[in-house]
Parts: sequence; C-alpha cells; structure tokens
Amino acid sequence: MNPADRAAFTRRQFLTTGLTLASASAAVPWFLQRSAFGLPHAAAGMRAIPGVDQDRVLVVVQLGGGNDGLNMVIPYGDPTYYKARPTIGVAQERVLKLGDDANGVGLHPQMRPMKELYDEGVLSLVQGVGYPNPNRSHFKSMDIWHTADLSGTGSGWLGRYFDAECSGEAAKPGDAAAKDPASGHNPQIGVAVGREAPLAMQGSRIAPLSFETPDLFRWIGSDVHKTLADPYKQITRQGVAENIDPHSNAGFLMRTALDAQVSSDLIRKAVSQPPLVAYPNSDLARQLAMVGSMIRAGLSTRVYYVTMGGFDTHAGQGGENGRHANLLQQFAAAVGAFYKDLKAQRNHERVLTMTFSEFGRRVYQNASGGTDHGTAAPMFLVGPMVSPGVLTRHPSLNDLDDGDLKFNTDFRSVYAGVLESWLKADSKKILEEAFKPAPVMKRA
Amino acid sequence: MSSNAGGSASSVGVAGEPPSRSAGGGKPAVKSKVSASASAINASKFGYDQARHLLWRAGFGGTPEQIQTLASWGPQKAVDYLIEYEKVPFVDSDSTRFDGSIMRPLTPDERAALQRARRSNDTEAVARYEAERQKRQMSDRKQVRDVQHWWMKRMIETPRPLEEKLTLLWHGHFATSYRTIEDSYHMYRQNEFFRKNASGSFGDLLFGIIRDPAMIAYLDNNDSSKNRPNENLARELMELFSLGVGNYTEKDIKEGARALTGYTFEDDEFVFQKNNHDDGGKAILGRRGNLDGDGFVSAILEQRACASFVARKLYRFFAADYPTGRPEIDAAAEGMIRGLASTLLRNKYQLRPALRELFLSEHFYDPALAAEQIKSPVQLVVGAVRSLGAPPRDLSVLLDAMNLMGQNLLFPPSVKGWDGGRAWINTATLFVRQNILAYLLTGKTPTGYDAMAGSEKYDPMKLLTPLDAADPTARRDPAKVADFLTRFALGRPSPESREPLLAFLASHSNTLTPDVLTGLLLLITTMPEYQLC
Repeated sequence: MNPADRAAFTRRQFLTTGLTLASASAAVPWFLQRSAFGLPHAAAGMRAIPGVDQDRVLVVVQLGGGNDGLNMVIPYGDPTYYKARPTIGVAQERVLKLGDDANGVGLHPQMRPMKELYDEGVLSLVQGVGYPNPNRSHFKSMDIWHTADLSGTGSGWLGRYFDAECSGEAAKPGDAAAKDPASGHNPQIGVAVGREAPLAMQGSRIAPLSFETPDLFRWIGSDVHKTLADPYKQITRQGVAENIDPHSNAGFLMRTALDAQVSSDLIRKAVSQPPLVAYPNSDLARQLAMVGSMIRAGLSTRVYYVTMGGFDTHAGQGGENGRHANLLQQFAAAVGAFYKDLKAQRNHERVLTMTFSEFGRRVYQNASGGTDHGTAAPMFLVGPMVSPGVLTRHPSLNDLDDGDLKFNTDFRSVYAGVLESWLKADSKKILEEAFKPAPVMKRA
Repeated sequence: MSSNAGGSASSVGVAGEPPSRSAGGGKPAVKSKVSASASAINASKFGYDQARHLLWRAGFGGTPEQIQTLASWGPQKAVDYLIEYEKVPFVDSDSTRFDGSIMRPLTPDERAALQRARRSNDTEAVARYEAERQKRQMSDRKQVRDVQHWWMKRMIETPRPLEEKLTLLWHGHFATSYRTIEDSYHMYRQNEFFRKNASGSFGDLLFGIIRDPAMIAYLDNNDSSKNRPNENLARELMELFSLGVGNYTEKDIKEGARALTGYTFEDDEFVFQKNNHDDGGKAILGRRGNLDGDGFVSAILEQRACASFVARKLYRFFAADYPTGRPEIDAAAEGMIRGLASTLLRNKYQLRPALRELFLSEHFYDPALAAEQIKSPVQLVVGAVRSLGAPPRDLSVLLDAMNLMGQNLLFPPSVKGWDGGRAWINTATLFVRQNILAYLLTGKTPTGYDAMAGSEKYDPMKLLTPLDAADPTARRDPAKVADFLTRFALGRPSPESREPLLAFLASHSNTLTPDVLTGLLLLITTMPEYQLC
C-alpha cells in the first residue's frame, strides 16, 4: 500500500470503524452519528473528490502572547522603523525582501520557509489587521479574536460555524438534543490539539474534540484485569444518565466521557501513521504533524486548531537573532514542513492554513530591549487557494494612535472572507454582523 | 487530621445507611429551590454527606473515618478545626533545603571581570561565564522540580488542609510562572508568602505582592523606570488581582504604573529605589497625592469593587463556578457573594470571618452545590491519595500527569492563572484523569507497571472499617458495598452507577478480596461523577 495514496486511508475505512463502534452503544456521539447513521444521504459526500466543499479544511495557528508583527513583516523601507527600534530592528540587508509589489516590506531572516511559500505563490499576507478600540489585555484581546465580538463574550466564531452547519433545530434547555448531543444532526467535528479546547471552537451546543498526545487517549486500567472492560464500557458509554440535569457539570462530564470513548479509537488509528515528510523538533511542529496525519487519514474534520505561545516579549526580545527570532524560526519551519506534508499527501488543495495573534506590539521598543502590548499586526494565509502576495498596505509608522499602529483591516473581514469563500458559510449569520469579506481567496 | 481522631460511627448519618441517591428524591437538583441563606446550618442537618462536602471543599477530601469524625463534631467545631489550622501542630522540616544562591546575580567583581573580558574580546573567558551561567540554570531547573515535589508532599501530608488549599488559591490568583522568571528560590519564597498570609488579610497579600521578587520579575516591574514606567504590574494589580475590568480606567493604570516605579529587588530581597521612583502627584481611583505603591494599594482597598471581587473569588473557589448559567443557583450565589463582600469590608479584609460565614452557611450545603464542582488536577490527585489512602508512589509521575491535565504547579499558563471549572475537562484530560487514578491504585502505567508497584501495594480494605462497624454483615451484600463506596467516592451517585459495579462483583463470585475491591475503585474512579466534588 502506497502510504502517499490518499485512497489508502479512505473515509470509508473510518466510517466502517465508526459503524462498528456505533453498534456497540445505544447513544452515539454526534460527530460519528452523521457519518454512520446519515450514511444513505451522505453518500454523495463520501464520493467527494478533493476540492469540493465537504472536503475543505481550515487549520488555525494561534500565536499567543502578542506577536511582534513589526519584526515579523518588516517595513525596512521606512527609516522610522530603525529610529523606533535602535537595538531590536533588523538590518535592511538581512530582511527577506518580497519584491517590488511589497512596498518595502519583507520577512524576518529566520522565516525562510515562509518566503519559499511566498515565492511559490501560496502565501497571502494581510497587513495591519486589528479592530476598533483595541484592548491591550492578552486575555481580553484573545477572547475578542476568539468570539469575533468586541466585548469578547459569547460563543466562539468557529463554534458558531459548527452550530450553523447543523441541520437540526437549536437545542433548548431540557430537550433531548441538549441532553444528548447524539440526537442532533451535526457537521464534522473541530479538533484542537492541546490541553484546552479554545474558546473559538466552543459553540452554543457543539464543543470541539481536543487532545494533546494520542498515547494517553485511552484508559490503561482495562489492562489490569479483563473483567474490568465490560463494566467500564457501561460506565463511560452511557451518556447523560436518566435523572441528571443536562446543564449540570455532571451532565457535561457524562457527555464528554462518551465522546472521549468513541473518538479515542478513531484518532489513535489516524495519528499512528508517521508523517510523509520530516518535521522539525518543536511543539508547534509536533502539533502540525498530528494534524497532517489526521488529514491524511481522512477524518471528516473541518477545522483543526493548533497553538504556539511565548510571544510576550516585554524584555530582551532580540533582533535578527535572539528570543523572538527563535520563535519566528520555529513558527516558519513548522508551517513550511506542514505544507510540504500536505503536498506529499496531495491534500494541499483542500487545506487552508491561517495564522493570527491577539495583538501586535508597540512601534517603539521599550527600555528593556523589548516591546509592550500594541495593536495591529499581520495575518498569514497559506494554500494554493489563497490570493497570493501582500494584500494590504503596511500601516504607517508615522501616523500612530498613541504610539500604536492604526489597523486598516478588521480581523472579522478576514474571517468573513474565509467563511464565505472557503467554508461556503453565511458569514453574516456566523459573525452576527455584516463584514465585507477580505479578498483573501482566489476567485473561484 | 489523623484517621484515628475519634472515629465514632454514632454520628449523624451512619456510613452504612442507604445513601440519598440524589437531591429531591431522585429528581434533578435543578427543580428544587436553592437555599440563599447565609445563616449557619443547623447541627441536625450536618451529617456524613455535609461533612464530606466540607472536607472536599475546604481541603482535599477525607477517608470515611475522617468524614465520620467531622460529622460527629457538628458544623461549628468542624469548621473551626479547619479554619483555625495554626492550632494543629505541623512541622515541615523539608523546606530549609532550598538553595537561594543558585541564581544569585554576579558580584560586582565578577561583573567587572566579565565586562573586561567582553571589551578585550577574550572569548574564552566570556564562554566560561556563559557555561557557568548555563550550569546554574540547569541546577535551578532541577531545584524548581524539588520545590514542586516539596509542595505536593506537603499537600498530601499536611494535617492543615485548608492552609494548603488557600496557598493554592493564591498561587492561582497571583499567578507567577517559573518559566518566565527562572528563579526557583523566588518561586519558593512566594509560595511561603502565600502560605503565611493564606487566611490573614487580603490587604496584606496585596501590599506584599507588589514587593514580591517573583511577581516583580514576572510582570517586569524591575524593568520599569521613572522615565518609562512599565504598566504591566499596575494593570494586572487591578484587572486580575483586585478589581476586575470595568472598575478602573486606562489613566488609573498609567498613574498606578508611576506609583510602582522604583519597586524592584536585589538578589532575593525587595528594594525600593527612591531615585527611580516617580514621587510626583497622582490621582488613582479617586485618591490624590504623591502616591507610592502602598498608596496605590490603599486606593484599591477603598473600593467596594475590591471586596466584591475577592468575595467572588472565594465563592468561585470554594462554593460554585459562578456564574453557573443555572438561574436558580446564580440568584442565590449573588446574595451570598454580596454578604461575603460586606463581611470582608467590616473586618478590614480579614479572610477568616468570610470563610467561616461561607463554610457554615445553609447555602454552602445546598444539594444543588454538592458534588457539582469539577476537581482541579491538584484536587483530583491529592484528594485521591488522601481520601482513598492510596500510596502516592512516584511524585514525578503525579506532577507530570497534573501537567497533562492542565495544571503544572509553579507554571500557571498566564498571569490569569488557571481558568478552572469546565475548562479542565475535555476528551483528552478525561483519560489522563482516569489513568492517574489507575496508577495510584495499582501502579499501572501506559507501558507496564511502576517499578515499585509490587512493594507499594494499595490496601483498600481499610476503607470498609466504618461499614463493618455499622453493619457487620454488610460486606457480604454486594449492593451495600457498592452503595457505601459510591456514596463515599462520588457524593451523589446516579442510580446507573450501581449496575456495572454489581456486574463486576458478580464476575468475581461476589468475593470481596483486596484485588476485587481495588477493581471496584478502579471502576468508580472512571465514573464521570468522580471528577466532581
């Protein structure tokens, strides 16, 4: 079996697994139910070839801590940049220049793999992304990006996308759908690699699947004695018990326990396949390698979410080399390897990768050789489907708002562009407000 | 508390009697009205289930015998015993071993020599200093592991559970991570600072935290200068430590940052650098004058919002994850939090009166709150060792598992601390939670068994002592055994929990050997309700 052949790990193979599992339990987690019980009318989706909507995947890469966008996409053509950053500025001759169309901006020298994607025409660079009245608290600003709501409250934007894709009626407290997610009609699942499921993926009734390492994704107690297996199955696959309030923590735990059991088998099988290309040794690379394996295995997942932290560089962030440079190097190398993996799988055309951070940093460096919390920053979109190149102008370094860049692109316009053009969803409904979709995708 | 502290079974709610399966006679708790009363619970309503609840919330759970002892004391004595913990003798001899000199700064002579070497391009000497620095960093990373072990051991062994529980609360509240500050001794000192002030005055915690080297380094106040104040500490002091968003302005942050200039540390001690302090006029939260850090903190403590913020924090940590999204609980919780805030103000932010009010209130024991708190990884692991009497085995394994469950002690994910509540639980952490219990009970690891699994065998039979005392024949009745264990381990077991346990017992001819009892506990600890306390 040629491991590069996507057909070797077809969706059908996983559906078969799903059916076996499904018959083992009366209550089936919602993400399995659609594929298993929805089989007759989902047949069209199953035969889908790469490129059709059902096969489209979004991978979100979160850079936590507030990435210094100005040292990532560097306005080397502007003398103010060097004036504002006497010790951490990156020398003009070292910047990876993006050509004449880029208006004097280039990439940090540690980001060569991203430059290669740019040269290949599969990288879209959106500059000056932010939102009105920027909040400089990590948590608040991260919540704003996750909820796509300026108050930073409510459900996540991707969670609302999952909710909206559900064909079933919205669950009301106390009804069967709220009590048991298996009774609703649901879309493919979102998968977050990491300990905590991100707020962005929390819908009002759909939560993502999340895990950090596949080895711990099973109960080892069943190895202790064979008589434990059946009672264990009974305990963990019962769903929400009869007299338990589904909105209570007990109800929540029973639902999660059931989801965990069924997803355990699916995911462990998928991730056990080694990647087709070598990934660098970093946490982000490890996460993206797992995502690559899951995509290759044909899981019916629409959105994957990975995170990288450490970007809160208040002190000693360095310039061409040093702390921030190392972070950029890890980031670029991991994303570069991931794209190579997708190409080797021949899945690159169905996967869009998008990166963001909760805010950029101030234009002027501080007394500690670092930068404080700022505002607008760039986003990257990767894949053959993106509208390649530098999409927006770099915000002016001379027309600042209290020392900070003025944003020129609302991040919700970027979300709208991805939702409308890639996920084929109604962005107004999901973002709960109309935003002009940013032209981040190639015209179909 | 020692397990032989008067384990009389004659207390209210004998452990052997049938458990109340769930509140309101089998109906969901949501249907019944939640008590909003802050008045003290009547002694006649304080039995086994209430004592169990108190032990889990104000501590890390207890053995069946400990639960019975507390129940027999009644609510006043039980709460006093937990709150006035300094009366319980406890000598911790382990803490003196931490070395404060590992990460000491260079002496003036060393610094001068290093500078000379740099100037003269003496790469060999510079490399020597660099190698020395790396060596010390390595020893320090080892020492921070030792500090984690020390704290874990202390939580497991202490006869003063509330002292450690509060230390954990303040660690998560004034969250500081070793990852950023890279000084294990400062982390240790901060931990002792929290413990020393754990149940004293919240004001003392605030006045102390702006002088704490670990916090000063974590929030960059040592990089703040009179001419370029760093706003990090000033912002978090109000946003996360005392007032909450909406109760201050951006201007308060700017002025607050000026007030905190000059607050730094040298080696291991706080230093106020007068020359680097901006002593000009300021206005913070309505208070005017040449305010310094203490003036800033005093301005904060004058705000009723501060008392409300602390009350809410205490309520969320000990009572319920407010807002719960369940109106019948939230309405009662709001009244309770208002009362706690008033108690804090009346007592100049002394914490004990508020804690006593909470732990004695009828509201705290309402069935809607019982067994509805999701255990943090620390609660889960420390609680399992303490309540089940399991051998702690390898503390490194326990700490690694806690990390995987999302709680790495001394390494909180951000200055916000741990979100807690449902954020602890997802499909992945749930397996780690089940697996670490399997490890504690049997020594099982993902790849085999712990090296010491044979010699450190868990003896579960002791758990049954109160059952035997109440009903010598109960052990022969599988249903009685299952009910006793689920009531003890789950608090409010669902009726469905009994059947798989009976099936397992039946597959072993209903013979209650230690291995079969361990098997029962393995199953009980995988129950979704085991994650609750």
